[in-house]
Amino acid sequence: MDINWHSFFFMAFAIFACGFALAVVISSNIVHMAFYLVLSLGATAGLFFLAGADFVGSMQLLIYVGGTLVLLIFGVMLTAQSPFISMKTKGGEWILAAIVGGSLLAILLQATLNIKEWQAGEKPLPDRAPVTASRLGMGLLGARVDELDKPAAARAGMSGYLLPFEIVSVHLLVVLIGAAYLARPKKRIVPRGFEQESQS
Amino acid sequence: MAIYFENWLPSWLAYLVAALVHCALLINVIAVGALVYIWLERKVSGRIQDRLGPTRVGGRFGWLQSLADGIKLITKEDLLPGGADAMLFRVAPYVSFCASFCGYLALPFAYNWVAMRMNVAVFFIIAVIGLEVFGVILAGYASGSKWSLFGGMREAAQVVSYEVPLGLCVVVPVLIAGTMDLVSIGEQQAGLFTNWFVFHDPFTFITFWVYFTCATASVNRAPFDLAEAESELVAGFHTEYSGLRWSFFFMAEYGSMFAVSGLAAILFFGGWNGPLPIASWLSLTAEHGPVWGYLGNLLGLTNFILKCSFGVTFMMWVRWTLPRLRIDQVMTTCLKYCTPIAAAMFLGATIWTAAFPGGLILRPTVPLGEIREGWLEKAEPTSSASVSSASVETKNFVARAADSNAGR
Amino acid sequence: MNVLAQPVGVSHFLIVGAIMFVTGAVCMATKRNALGVLMGIELVLNGANVNFVAFGSELLNPDGIGLDGQLIALFVIVLAAAEAAVALAIALNFYNNHSTIDVDRADELKG
Repeated sequence: MDINWHSFFFMAFAIFACGFALAVVISSNIVHMAFYLVLSLGATAGLFFLAGADFVGSMQLLIYVGGTLVLLIFGVMLTAQSPFISMKTKGGEWILAAIVGGSLLAILLQATLNIKEWQAGEKPLPDRAPVTASRLGMGLLGARVDELDKPAAARAGMSGYLLPFEIVSVHLLVVLIGAAYLARPKKRIVPRGFEQESQS
Repeated sequence: MAIYFENWLPSWLAYLVAALVHCALLINVIAVGALVYIWLERKVSGRIQDRLGPTRVGGRFGWLQSLADGIKLITKEDLLPGGADAMLFRVAPYVSFCASFCGYLALPFAYNWVAMRMNVAVFFIIAVIGLEVFGVILAGYASGSKWSLFGGMREAAQVVSYEVPLGLCVVVPVLIAGTMDLVSIGEQQAGLFTNWFVFHDPFTFITFWVYFTCATASVNRAPFDLAEAESELVAGFHTEYSGLRWSFFFMAEYGSMFAVSGLAAILFFGGWNGPLPIASWLSLTAEHGPVWGYLGNLLGLTNFILKCSFGVTFMMWVRWTLPRLRIDQVMTTCLKYCTPIAAAMFLGATIWTAAFPGGLILRPTVPLGEIREGWLEKAEPTSSASVSSASVETKNFVARAADSNAGR
Repeated sequence: MNVLAQPVGVSHFLIVGAIMFVTGAVCMATKRNALGVLMGIELVLNGANVNFVAFGSELLNPDGIGLDGQLIALFVIVLAAAEAAVALAIALNFYNNHSTIDVDRADELKG
């Protein structure tokens, strides 16, 4: 009995990620859905670490789980009044969604399992992945030091990621200013139907 | 450690046993640490308030008081409020504790004595410590009481806001060292205390104080403990918790305090390297044999734990000295003071290391920022020639660094 | 135990990515709560990220696209954060104006 711990933990994290993602769909309580989403994305970060991408995994934990999902949970808490905590979907919509989702999943799985280069090799994986942090950083600054092995002809078309990095930085600034402006406190409009009650 | 066990056990069992030993040691650090620090807190608070603290349980100094507290907490009734969300109420303390414990996975206690030597260790620890906030939010919501909800929301806002200057402060020693690997950062500060990064340039010195402020806010210790303020919110997010569940929150808090103190010790104060290189004076280094190397590392471990304990004691001292800040004062401190100062220090440290690469007054004995991850040799094959003319210490250091990166 | 002894390849990660993507798409289609739809969007982006990291992993796929996959995954994470912020602002505005977070009640433009 020989257990390859990498495969064992891959299976564990994969089952957590997919299982909690399914729990997000199946659950009807919005706060429970948010919690299951946190666990699912945390398990995805674990999958990233197992693929040797530890910088991307740490970034997923810091920004996605620790930032985006905290924002989402704040939104859930602000709108979690009792009629809206559990809203159920009708049966017909579930069936339609299941058909569409099922056919998409079938197409994707069929494509995944039929391409030979993507299947697992016979020999076990190396013990440690090459470190990625400084090469990713240099790539973001424009110097592709991770491509030094390739011949010069193949490297000619590979540019650095400096322009997308700058664009994304400005994009983030603009988006967050816009979101803060959109969500500013305004005079609350009394919805139709409540006005007669307050006047009578 | 797994390679050591492989001599007797099959390979897969060796890894399992090594992982379990690491986890057991780290849980011991948190549990025993929490026990000791709770006692220390009561003694320190007592002395600052001109009284004695616990003196009866276990002798004159009351050092078994925490054990008595633990037994009391275990035997308390396990409550679940009527309006509480049962699943989230039960799970919240464990989420907090897991986040606090995961930070220890990448924290080295001596040279190469680390559960998982990661290249992005600093980043990982900062990311994982920020996940504690989920336990707090879920506890605040699931308790079904509005005081808990307010406390939870305030703490979440505080922790998430203070992650920004915390990240900026942590980047300064990473910049000086040239790597995010905590073992390498600690190794670069070997020797006299003049090698410590906190004395490297005035910007890093100020950065340490800003880091300590942000770390205190991140773990919700006074003067930033509005979320658990007894005088305002009953007990904030853990109002409805009792017994063992409450003690999990407490262990998570003391665990985080130890972890951020440990991070400060490694990033700024040399980690396991003492103010004086006693281990190399007593020839307790690895070159003289594995047993001497082990003893030297043990000395480094003691040194590291002393530094962390001093950090935790300093946090306790500040707690019982300063009054509590209001939530708007907490946010003002973060956004108007800590973040701009941290950004300015980052800029200053960048300019200093570019202008004076070998140091200005205090010249380090090992080269800083010389960590290469293999790609520079491919790009500039002549750089290895310049290393061969350097001193013995530099060669040892570069060899150790290359060693750690070669297997990756 | 035979399954646990084999090494994982890119296809295993792609299967996980596909399941998360489809789950997110179903979540977007069926949830009535606007924040539930937003969670579906996050799941979709994560499924795509798992694919990118699998192709960009030097451990699983040493002859592949190299670190490009990981760089693209970094950009996706950042853009997902930005888009979640805007979506949340829109959802909160909707809640403040209509006192409901149910997307089925957003029918003022209905003809």
